[in-house]
Amino acid sequence: MDEEATRDFNERCAQCSEVNWGLTDGGRFYCRSCHNVTERTREVVNTDFITNTRVQTISKGSRKQEKTDGGCEWYVCEGFQLVLKKQAEALEALGVCPQMKDEVLWNFWRCYLQRSKQAYCIRPAGETVKALSPQVCDSSTDVDSDPERPSLLHVLSLSESEGDLQTDNSFASSTSKVSECTSLCSGSVDGSLYLKKNQKEKLRMTMPMTLSFCYMALLWLREPVTLSDLLRFVVEGHIPYLNVFQHFPEKMKLCGVDLKIFCVESWPAYEEVYNKMLELAVFLELPRFPDITDSCFLHPDMLCMKYLMEANLPDELHNWTCRVVKKIGIGDVDFLTLVPGNKSTAKVKYDILAAAVIVVVLKLLFLLDDKYEWLLSDFAEERNKNNKEGDPYFEFQKWYKVIKCSLDAKQKKLDEERAKYLWRCEKPLFYSAKMKSKVLKRRQMVVNLQNQFGKLAGSVRPAEKPNPSSFQLSWSEENTDGSCFHGHSLKGILQEKCGLLKPMNPDYWLCTVKLCTERSCGHLAHYSREEDFPQSYHFVLRLFSFLLRIQPSYIHDEVCVIEQKLFNKKFYKKAKIQHRSKEIKRPKNNIIKTM
Amino acid sequence: MAAAPRKNGLLEEEEEVVRSSAPPAGSALLPPLYLPFLPPHFYQPASSHEHKLNFKKSKQACLSYIQDAMLQKQWKRAAEFLTFYVESLEKDYSKEHVGPSEMIWRIGTEILCHHSHSSIKEFNSFMEQMKTLGVKRYLKVCLEHVFHLLCNGLIDEAYQNLSLAESWRFGEQTVIQDKEIKLIQAYRGLLDYCKWSKQKNMLLEHGQDGFEDLSVEQEMHSCFRKAAVNLKEIIKIPGVWDQFVKCYVDLLEFYGDHNEARQVLQEYAYNPKFPANPNAHVYLYQFLKRQGESKKSLISALKNLHDTVPSHELMIDFHLMLQKSKKRKKRRLGLEVIFAVLDYAGWKENVKAWSCLAKQLKQIVISEKHLDWLKQEWSSRKDWWPAFHFSRYLGKKNWQENQSLSYEKALVAGILLGKDGKYFKYVSHQGCKARMKRFRILKKFVHKHNPVYMRISGLSESSGQP
Repeated sequence: MDEEATRDFNERCAQCSEVNWGLTDGGRFYCRSCHNVTERTREVVNTDFITNTRVQTISKGSRKQEKTDGGCEWYVCEGFQLVLKKQAEALEALGVCPQMKDEVLWNFWRCYLQRSKQAYCIRPAGETVKALSPQVCDSSTDVDSDPERPSLLHVLSLSESEGDLQTDNSFASSTSKVSECTSLCSGSVDGSLYLKKNQKEKLRMTMPMTLSFCYMALLWLREPVTLSDLLRFVVEGHIPYLNVFQHFPEKMKLCGVDLKIFCVESWPAYEEVYNKMLELAVFLELPRFPDITDSCFLHPDMLCMKYLMEANLPDELHNWTCRVVKKIGIGDVDFLTLVPGNKSTAKVKYDILAAAVIVVVLKLLFLLDDKYEWLLSDFAEERNKNNKEGDPYFEFQKWYKVIKCSLDAKQKKLDEERAKYLWRCEKPLFYSAKMKSKVLKRRQMVVNLQNQFGKLAGSVRPAEKPNPSSFQLSWSEENTDGSCFHGHSLKGILQEKCGLLKPMNPDYWLCTVKLCTERSCGHLAHYSREEDFPQSYHFVLRLFSFLLRIQPSYIHDEVCVIEQKLFNKKFYKKAKIQHRSKEIKRPKNNIIKTM
Repeated sequence: MAAAPRKNGLLEEEEEVVRSSAPPAGSALLPPLYLPFLPPHFYQPASSHEHKLNFKKSKQACLSYIQDAMLQKQWKRAAEFLTFYVESLEKDYSKEHVGPSEMIWRIGTEILCHHSHSSIKEFNSFMEQMKTLGVKRYLKVCLEHVFHLLCNGLIDEAYQNLSLAESWRFGEQTVIQDKEIKLIQAYRGLLDYCKWSKQKNMLLEHGQDGFEDLSVEQEMHSCFRKAAVNLKEIIKIPGVWDQFVKCYVDLLEFYGDHNEARQVLQEYAYNPKFPANPNAHVYLYQFLKRQGESKKSLISALKNLHDTVPSHELMIDFHLMLQKSKKRKKRRLGLEVIFAVLDYAGWKENVKAWSCLAKQLKQIVISEKHLDWLKQEWSSRKDWWPAFHFSRYLGKKNWQENQSLSYEKALVAGILLGKDGKYFKYVSHQGCKARMKRFRILKKFVHKHNPVYMRISGLSESSGQP
């Protein structure tokens, strides 16, 4: 944005006495009203986040200032830059260190622009903008149902095949040519080309990818925000995402293909954002990320503590999660730290990993086979009745009741909130100027109807934004109703042996005998409600699925992976023994002893 | 492949012994005690996109909340969710069969009709918005609006709205919605008829006082013309137009155009393009009766009614008319008609119907002619009428509630089922006990004609008994 860069240069133009400066690629100021170039150059290279990144725009000649509709010329990447800026500001307001916005994210973005050859590079001569058939658009930013689109794109591709947008020299004239003939279909200069470029070597920017950028920056700084937290903040409206275009300057008009790029029609999905982040890290050729050590929030020991608190489980369980983490080495720095492009290292989803560890610990201690946990609970209840001294023994049944009650209520509220989500903003978008009056009329009618039925509903407006918190459920020991289990003791389920505390539970069942390969079916394991897992197991998965706002199957997959690591050696040995002795007819009938 | 959870025997850490055949330590002790019950939304299978909410899914969920609330008559809650659903208009390209705008129209109408805080003013403004929202159903919305106004007694407003709708022009849409236009015109005609009818009554009242008002009379005639034109149009189209037909015939009869009226009614009743409509025959019959038409034409009108609705209340009239006929064929039909009437539960306790049947049966038995008719009618009913009409329980009930009913029924039962039938036995016994003369005569009559029962139920032939 030139405005930002030329903010400090306030002299009047010698020719027309306007104060409306732009920057040339030589770093000189030129007057945007009369195109008079001054001798003055910029003295300081401004590294402010939102500086002049569009070196390219200037090399293409002066920014065409006014279009007929009062908008200015702008490029898609400028739009994304604004989105990133808004998101970074929001994160900063949430307490993320300012470094993230001004240094990390900014550098990532600059690097992206350079690698994708959108700026900070000399456009290689002879590079052709291939007019490929329009790519299938991203699922989350769609205007698919717009009936006008296909025909327009058809017109576009025709007009482009005649224009030769090949060299820098011809670019200036041809852009205006393109923008003239595309003014119907995109507000931005390169919107229509943007969706068509061959993206094999260039990672095309999308709206979900803005969040990948944010998460990558957070990860780089080891900020105490998990991806599931980030996405939840987006949905709760603390981070701009949906309708973020309404914060664009007045002169940046969006229409046509721009809608496809910037309009969001769905909430970001965990997998999509995560995978794009990995891709992005490789694309930018980033080095190894800062180490995730055991003092980091993202370390499983730390996250387990957080989730144990949120799940209202006894603090003592933390001891056991730490033991599991240590035993299978998922607390190691090398395991946890992201090394872009290194295929041999695991790609860790910290939040899911921690939740899965807790599930495994619950299975170790309580078995979760719909029998044993209730049996233990009965013993604990009996003991608590007879003995009121000291910390009460943990009762699974009581915990289940409290959690279920709370979860049901929260889930119901969440479901209703989802149905009540308002997707549209006051500034409606229209595909073309032709549609403008129709769109505005629709908008007005929607507002009228909302008012009319709002009155009948007792003027219920959308619920207030909840305060941003990394905790969705909170339990306090101060509550005297006994609904907090943090201080409860595990004594009832442990027994001392050789001076060591061991769980009474002698058994374990595996969620799966063999992991699938991700390459063959896309999943490591398979989870569905119909599967014959115990109800308690389903319940625990759903609890964490609610906390992380992800599908239970993700956690299940991770549980399977952890179990394999935990038992693989023993299991393997067992299977061999069984095979050799042929005592067991079903080799799947694996026997696992607990730790 | 995920394995089902398996539980195995206790294993000590030190010794790696396979003891899988040993019974599981925990489960042997306890029956399954507390299986957690999951709330219904947990039972939904987890699809891969379950957690990715998009505009469409969000609005679909909203719609189902609205439907739930409406089913439970929670109008306030329905209105609340509707405020969020209306956003889907901004995505409505009317590709789907029932698009959001139609949903909003229907749901909104329903809420405004039932919500305690809604007013007619609000309803009107909503309807005006809905009219601009979808030109494709402009006239449907207009009609719905008019119905609501009529239900609230706002006849003048309704009339005004109909006139406005009638003059609506919107390119080819006007042509596409020509059926709706006809309906709109027809309803306007109906309202004109109402006006006419009011003025007619006024004039008739004042006429008796010797007071004449020319302008009122003129207005009445102009109403007649307006109504007649529109009503005539709609009833040309195949359909069920009872209200319109009745009004139109009333107008015609008042002005003495009986031929036209008869033609209209005959067309309405007999044109095969029109859906089968019993009322059409009723109207025709009533008209013919008013006109003092011949028995023959009356019978043919009712015959049609009998074919479509054998349980119609006019069937008694029909039966009586047939009974009086000299032709055997018609009397035969009369028997059929009265039997058919009593096949229906609604007639079970109708004394008139039973006495009609009893009378004809008595005639047949005494004359001993046409027993074959009786036999034929009875053969399809002898399986189920005894339980349906002639159980001991019903005998007791009828006797207690209505003695004349039980008398008629007992006569029928005695003839059809013989002197040993449960119903006859019970009722005649009670009657004789109460020393009622007609029951004693009845008993004698049945005993005397008992062989008839043998013959119609096919006993005498097969067993060779007298």
